[in-house]
Parts: sequence; C-alpha cells; structure tokens
Amino acid sequence: MIRRRLLATAALALPLLASPMAWAQQALDEVMAAKTLRVAIPTDFPPYGFVGTDLKPQGLDIDMAQYIATKLGVKVELIPVTSANRIPYLQTRKADLVISTLGKNAEREKVIDFAIAYSPFYQAVFAAKSLPVKSFADLAGKTVGVTRGAIEDMELTKLAPSGAEIRRFEDNNATVSAFVSGQVQVIATGASVAGAMMARNPQLGTEYKLVIKESPNFIGVAKGEDKLRAKVNEIVLAAKASGDLDRLAVKWLGRPAGELPQ
Amino acid sequence: MVQLDFAAVLVEWPALLRGLGLTAGLTALSTAGGLLLGVGCAWARSGGPRWLGLVAAGYVEVIRNTPFIVQLFFLFFGLPGLGVRLSPELASVLAMTINLGAYAGEILRAGIDATPRGQIEAARALALSEAQVFTRVVLPPALSRIWPAMVSQIIIVMLGSAVCGQISAAELSYQANLIHSRNFRAFEATIVATLLYLALAIALRRLLSWAGPRLLFGR
Repeated sequence: MIRRRLLATAALALPLLASPMAWAQQALDEVMAAKTLRVAIPTDFPPYGFVGTDLKPQGLDIDMAQYIATKLGVKVELIPVTSANRIPYLQTRKADLVISTLGKNAEREKVIDFAIAYSPFYQAVFAAKSLPVKSFADLAGKTVGVTRGAIEDMELTKLAPSGAEIRRFEDNNATVSAFVSGQVQVIATGASVAGAMMARNPQLGTEYKLVIKESPNFIGVAKGEDKLRAKVNEIVLAAKASGDLDRLAVKWLGRPAGELPQ
Repeated sequence: MVQLDFAAVLVEWPALLRGLGLTAGLTALSTAGGLLLGVGCAWARSGGPRWLGLVAAGYVEVIRNTPFIVQLFFLFFGLPGLGVRLSPELASVLAMTINLGAYAGEILRAGIDATPRGQIEAARALALSEAQVFTRVVLPPALSRIWPAMVSQIIIVMLGSAVCGQISAAELSYQANLIHSRNFRAFEATIVATLLYLALAIALRRLLSWAGPRLLFGR
C-alpha cells in the first residue's frame, strides 16, 4: 500500500520537474522583459571569479557579465556555480548565460551553444619541484587531484596512463586544498588557479610541469537560443574592436586578450 | 519538453554498481563501529566513572552540534597539518563512525534510562557483576526499545555518505556526479542515484529490522 502510494507520488512529480525546460528562442525577450540578466559565474577561480575581502564576487568573468548586462541595458544577477554544475544551470534555465571560464569542446557543444571567446586560458599539470614529471607517462603511480567536470578533468582522463590515480574533487577550492594538504601529489588545473595557489603557498615549491590544453574561455548559452547568442556575439565583437576586451584582460590577467577564436 | 535519455546513464552501470558497493561498505563498517562507540558512550554517561562520562558528553556535544561535512573536511584536509594523512575512504569511514557514535550513544542512553531501577537492583541482588548487569540486564531491553530510532539514524548516516564524494571517495553520488559531468545528463543521473539510494535505504531498514532482534538483543 505504502509502496504504491510512493510510486504514484514519484510519477506525479516527474513531469512537474521536467516541464520548465520547454522554451527555446525566448531567452533574450525574457531578459529584456525582466530587465535582469542572470549569469552563472565562478567564485573559486581567481582572477576570473573569486570572493574578495568584502565577500562580494569579483574578477574578469564578473566584469564581463556586468559589461554585457550594461550593453543590454539591464541589471545583472550573479549566480555562483562550480565547474561541475554550470552546464546544468544552463540546461535547466536557471541562468541565461554562463561566463565561467568555460572552454569549448565537442561533448559540450552537443548540449549547449557557445558565443565567441572573450579571454585566454590554459590548463596544466603542476607539482613540487622535487617530483619528476617530464611527460604524462610519468604520472603513473602518482595521485593527481583535479576538479570534476572541468576541461582538464576530461583531457587528463584521456592523457594520463592507467597507472595514475586521478582523484576528483567538487570544486577548485577543494582540489587546491587537497594538493596543499598533501592528499594528492600532483594538481591539474587552470593556470590562474595554480598561480594564485603558488603565490599563497611558496613553501610547497610548486612548479609548472606539462600543458594539458590551450582553451580560451567562451560564453555559454542554452541550446537553440540563437537570438541571445547573436546579441552576445555582437557585444563581444564590439568590445574587441573598441579595446574594452583588452582593457579587461590587462586589468585582471596583466596582459591583453590577444588573438581569440570566433 | 526535454528528452530524457536514461540509456546514457544506465550504460555506465559498472560505475554505479561500484559506487553502490562503496556506499554499502562505508555504511556497514561505520554502523559496526558507530554502534560499539555508541554503547561505550551510553555506558560512560549512564553508569561509568564520572570523568569518562564528561569526556563522552563533550564528544557528543561537539559532534551533534557541528555539520557532518565539516567533520569530514577536518579529518581529510585538517589532519594532514598534524602529520596524519588518511585516504578518502578511511577518512569517510572514520567520519561516519564518529558521527553515528555520538547519536547512537544518546539514543541508547534514552533506552537505558527507561530501564526500571528495580530490574537492575534485582540483578545485583542475584550477585551479577556490574559488567554482567550492563551487558545482560540493561543493554538488551534498552536496545530493543530504541532499535527503530537507531535504524533510522543509521539510514541517515548512510544517506549522509553522499557527502563523502566531496573528498573524492568514489561512492554512489560521486559516481552519479562523474557520469553527468561526462555526458551532461544531470537530470537522469540524479534520478537514477535517487532511486538507488531509495532502494538501498529500504533494503537496509528491512535488513536491520530483521537482524536486530535476532543477532543483537533477542526477542
């Protein structure tokens, strides 16, 4: 009896959960109507997105979100996300845009669409100077920490030998904590995250070992939202032409944005 | 309407099975350890020496008034600072055991307090030693009284093990999260994980309700 009621409740709940995903091509109109642009941003990824001493998110991605909202003439609502849940936020329309150090690859293109790139980025393997890592084969027998669902997780899973023990953590802060506390010997992460970590923990003697992937950051939009994507492309292209994009990159990364793929 | 594609998740069944296995294993070990710890705690607080009772009270208060994830992070990220490096699996078992021990101790103490004084005095009058009084006269009826509450607590700890994926212990929710960060089928992966947890919880409740009276305290 109880079991039957349980099943009936589950059956009723399923369509309720699934129904809010039924729009396409409306995101731009909805943003303009609500006068708010909801942007998924990182808070664990300095200098792209991190929490400042005033406990407010700041960084290149946050400035970019603000910039696009200003150009659209709407307010920005920042939604902090992790590497693993930023794509579900787009899929379930909890965010209009993902500006969260999002790299483009074929797997992701199946489920969301990408506007053009706005900033440079690369992921690499880092470890203590005393640990010899000359190639990916040297990772065999070592523990490697990586943030689950990030580009470096997917690439490393392909590149690392089967003998490497890959430990996946929920977000970059946990991955960095695992490395700093010695729970993993090697860390695979974005160059900016590693840079901030090395600056804060000079006693570890961490150094750059191997590049995993050059992967500029793109702006993610939900699948099929071509109107919103075209509008974002227009804004980013104009920012590139006016030099605003380079100014942002210089402010946060210390160098211009350079050549970025369309 | 979104297209649900459960096949994309279910094709990863070996990973889900491994996750389910680790969740069950973590729960089994921490249940055994947690119950022992709980019995010790309940004894210390109800009949043991005063100093031990105070130690147990401190332990119970610290554990019951802090979040499980903080306890877990302390063991995994904090202890290496003191030179103790635990594997994610060991840290998980330890955190779950310590967590269950505190709650089990308090649940059991309620059962012990409900034992009529006369029963204990009768046992002493029959010249049973203090140890015999506790293990033969006090504990079995106390366990039998509180067993349903204890089973619920064990299931709460089993469900709480979903957090252990945060320190890369590859239990069920870790595997489900890994699957959907690969194929972006977050909705389906979560539904599958939910159903597996539901099945595991129901099975565990049945097993413990069956095993308790037969193995622990007799009917």
